[in-house]
Amino acid sequence: MKIVVALRVNEAAARLSLDGPETLLDALRDQMGLEGTKKGCDQGACGACTVLLDGKRVLSCLTLAAQCDGHEVTTVEGLAPDGGVHPVQAAFIRHDAFQCGYCTPGQIMSAVALLDEGRAGSDEEIREFMSGNLCRCAAYPNIVAAIRDVAGEVASHGADSGV
Amino acid sequence: MAPTPGFEYVRPSSVEDAVATVSGDPTAAYLAGGTTQLDLVLKDRVISPQRLVDITRLPLRGVTRTSDGLQVAAMTTMEELAADPTVTRELPLVREALLSGASTQLRNMATIGGNLLQRTRCRYFRDPTVAACNKRDPGSGCAAVTGHARMHAILGASEHCIASHASDLCVALVALDAVAHLQSMGGLSHVPLTEFYRVPGDRPDRETVLEHGELVTAIGIPLLPPGTRSSYLKVRDRASYEFALTSAAAALVVEHDVIRFARLALGGVGTVPWRAYEAEGILVGAPVSEGAFRAAAEAAVNDPFTVSGTEFKVELAKRTVVRVLQTVARNAS
Repeated sequence: MKIVVALRVNEAAARLSLDGPETLLDALRDQMGLEGTKKGCDQGACGACTVLLDGKRVLSCLTLAAQCDGHEVTTVEGLAPDGGVHPVQAAFIRHDAFQCGYCTPGQIMSAVALLDEGRAGSDEEIREFMSGNLCRCAAYPNIVAAIRDVAGEVASHGADSGV
Repeated sequence: MAPTPGFEYVRPSSVEDAVATVSGDPTAAYLAGGTTQLDLVLKDRVISPQRLVDITRLPLRGVTRTSDGLQVAAMTTMEELAADPTVTRELPLVREALLSGASTQLRNMATIGGNLLQRTRCRYFRDPTVAACNKRDPGSGCAAVTGHARMHAILGASEHCIASHASDLCVALVALDAVAHLQSMGGLSHVPLTEFYRVPGDRPDRETVLEHGELVTAIGIPLLPPGTRSSYLKVRDRASYEFALTSAAAALVVEHDVIRFARLALGGVGTVPWRAYEAEGILVGAPVSEGAFRAAAEAAVNDPFTVSGTEFKVELAKRTVVRVLQTVARNAS
């Protein structure tokens, strides 16, 4: 028997028809065509599949889509209006905070949440609370620099910069 | 690639409904945050419940201050408990243990009840192509004792099983005499966490005293005496996002350089979260000194079972104990 689930994805209503075992990651990519969220390890170890669930960062590979019934999901596609870039995305470009780019959507989603959590107070704190996102290209110094940069913008312009 | 494991996803209407559903079906299991359960079911495919009963929507969330402690509802997440004002102010060992575990993403998903009930597991248990695993298949042997052991237990271990209990939180909780609140078909009961886990012996498949269908609904955490200082120290191969090689939770009351109260538990080295009662007995009444800390450490890591690859943990665990006691005593005096 199919389970019908109603959720919001990137501020739009969505309905999914599920067997039960489908992960949120597979539902996003295969059923909804949102391929910005990446499948890295698919086992909760790498962070490439990070999305926001009700504003909190989670791993979509270890979340059942059925568990998202009635909840709000934000993926990298939903961070900025069409054609625009979110301040964290702009900072990643400015700081060359990626090489192959595969982990980048997860890094960016995690960074957006980290700033919201108020955990970008120092490079040490950024490194600790970004540790769930692995980068095999080892772009870590530039990722930290990009986040530090946005944290500085938030500090100097207040909390209304959309971060 | 094998087909995706099939299971029925069920949403119970109440705690009683959830308990009845799982109690009445030997193939059913609870699903909380999913961070180890779904990993083992969907990814490793080493356990195969036919029904997963989603308890995350039940009214089992939040932290309540009671007259003598905290009552933490089982579906409270690790991040939520770490942010609790009482935990932040009065139980630094709990907060530090929580924040040293997993990553923020996982801590936003993983629940306190689920953390208690994460499987005691090692890489051989998680690999279904390995035949010898007494935990998966009682009587089949243990591949780890002659394999590549490093992340394994040395206390409460034997040739039957050396998988370690991976929780950081539970190390702090056993030190605090936390109590699990259980709901079964027969009603409510309470079990101290120090009696909740079973040292594996020759049945490593049985990890806790829970009966099938029994549900952890809350954890009671007693507060520490006024003036207690505490900390959690985790030693690991990476600076963050890694399981413990060794860890220790300690709480001390120190008056005029004499220890008046002591709690100590070890992680990363036990088949269960390891409370060090004998070490506590050595510490109480002793002067704050490296000699007393070292004597406590020797007692805490008494009679280890090591295999090739885990011998180093004996001395590392002792030094971890000494270090955490030094840190706490420095803050306490």
